[in-house]
Amino acid sequence: MAEFLQQLINGITQGSVYALIALGYTMVYGILRLINFAHGDVYMLGAFFGLFIARLTRAQADPNPLKAAAVLLFAMIGCGLVGFVIERFAYKPVRKSSRLAALITAIGVSLLLENGGMLLFGADPKFFPQFIPARQFALGMGVTISNQQLIILVVSISLMLGLRFIVLHTRAGKAMRAVSYSHTAAALMGISVDRIITFTFVLGSMLAAAAGVLVALQNPKIEPYMGIMPGLKAFVAAVLGGIGNIPGAVLGGLVMGIAEVMVVGYLSPTWRDAIAFVLLILILLVRPSGLLGQPPAEKV
Amino acid sequence: MRQLLWLLGATAVLAAINVVLPRAVNPYIIQIIVLCGINIILAVSLNLINGFTGQFSIGHAGFMAIGGYGSAMFTLYVGVGWVSVFTAAHVPVPVAQGVALLAALIVGGLLSALAGYLVGLPSLRLRGDYLAIVTLGFGEIIRVLILNVDAVGGARGLPGIPGWANFFWVGLGVTAVILVSRHLAMSTHGRALFAIRDDEIAAEALGVDTTSYKVLAFVMGSFFAGVAGGLFAHFLSYLNPNSFTFIKSIEVIAMVVLGGMGSISGSVMAAIVLTLLPEVLRPVKEYRMVLYSLMLIVLMITRPGGLLGSREISLSGLLRRFRPARERA
Repeated sequence: MAEFLQQLINGITQGSVYALIALGYTMVYGILRLINFAHGDVYMLGAFFGLFIARLTRAQADPNPLKAAAVLLFAMIGCGLVGFVIERFAYKPVRKSSRLAALITAIGVSLLLENGGMLLFGADPKFFPQFIPARQFALGMGVTISNQQLIILVVSISLMLGLRFIVLHTRAGKAMRAVSYSHTAAALMGISVDRIITFTFVLGSMLAAAAGVLVALQNPKIEPYMGIMPGLKAFVAAVLGGIGNIPGAVLGGLVMGIAEVMVVGYLSPTWRDAIAFVLLILILLVRPSGLLGQPPAEKV
Repeated sequence: MRQLLWLLGATAVLAAINVVLPRAVNPYIIQIIVLCGINIILAVSLNLINGFTGQFSIGHAGFMAIGGYGSAMFTLYVGVGWVSVFTAAHVPVPVAQGVALLAALIVGGLLSALAGYLVGLPSLRLRGDYLAIVTLGFGEIIRVLILNVDAVGGARGLPGIPGWANFFWVGLGVTAVILVSRHLAMSTHGRALFAIRDDEIAAEALGVDTTSYKVLAFVMGSFFAGVAGGLFAHFLSYLNPNSFTFIKSIEVIAMVVLGGMGSISGSVMAAIVLTLLPEVLRPVKEYRMVLYSLMLIVLMITRPGGLLGSREISLSGLLRRFRPARERA
């Protein structure tokens, strides 16, 4: 029982990171119907931006909470800028073309970020400074939680609540929901669709950057290809919960994280990459629109 | 009859080139030409699914892996035995190897087609992006499966596959996949596929059995992907699960989209361009993949419909263009 609870805690931590990345996929898909394949690489860039700022502020030699916050904040701002540039120069020109052209462009951007990262950062893994020394807290019944896991949980939950506030209670959020419903109708209501799309990209990229920094805290080895697998899995998580649906992405991420940790814990670590996709196919066959998604109305 | 003549002619030409080629150019160039051919088979077969039928599959590497591993295992356990039986009966070695290779390719193709059927039947009822996601998942599951099955070498890979495939066999595969797609495009079945691509609901209303046609295109596409995998295995003599990652599927999609959805000659051209591009960019070393991805983005922005759009280049079309204007009128 203790082992199961421990795995559950690890799974939820892992899942909340997937959820953060999945939110970016789901928001962009909801608005543009585009699978933004470069999103996993933005997450990678987030970890690298965090690394640079940590080095710049010498956070490892002299750690304090303010610097940790600065690392997170500036990584998010940096990736927000990257998201803006990607949207403006790669996706906007193909927005009027077929969806496949947009998809191939997304794949091109993803390859560009990975290989550009190789060029700039080098192929060898870099070590993210451990400016928050690991400490374990006992929760009773032999279950422990580390302070890093706590930070991941607290930061990701507050970011999700922040996103929820933006989407549900601000003018920009209202506009986002309107644009995802219909571009034309939103434009007719005086919403600047282009600006809202850019806003969505920036928001999603910032969440991915936060996920990158949080993961780097726990697994300090970072390299330019680290975004591919988490990116794919987060995308699967978004589909699992119902793509385009924001609470669905969080739920999908959690389900995915827990399933993965359970497979590693009770079955075999070599199967951990397969479970995500097995789960996905099973759920799609039973509920094609995902756990929380609405089946699309078919217009004839 | 005319097609049979075409096929015989193509076979003769390919055999002749196959004899001359090793004497004319170095092995590196031959390898690139053969890889071009394998990529053409992959691109044209994916074009059947993505271009003709408008279904979006991003797991082509998975089908290629099934064909590759299936045919390699067939050769290792059965084919090698056949060859020694044949040569003992004084059949010339190239013929004996050819028969064994052909059998292995068909086995690989059929296994892959079976997988395509099993994946396609339930998931082709889903619309649009969901099929894409299921095929993506399928490709990854196949790769992890191969990694975990020790009988096919697991993560170490599968060495010691006889290197029977050469320019001739790859050329024959290319000819076959192009002829089949061309005939399909001209037939009633092909028209049904196009109808599904253009408007699925309208096609259904006109009495096209959409699900079974989509499954047909999917099964045919997977069959040829399996054949390409088999050729790949028997050309390199070694298989590794890392050759069949998600990136490989993406490469093939890039070929189809870049060539122009639905255009066979476009797929062929794009497959050649995208195979040669990384090789041509070799001198710039570390900038190679960066330039490759930049070119992909720029090409998609400037020519979103692909290099050829949905047009086809054909011999008779070219002749017509060069014929004097007087005759044309």
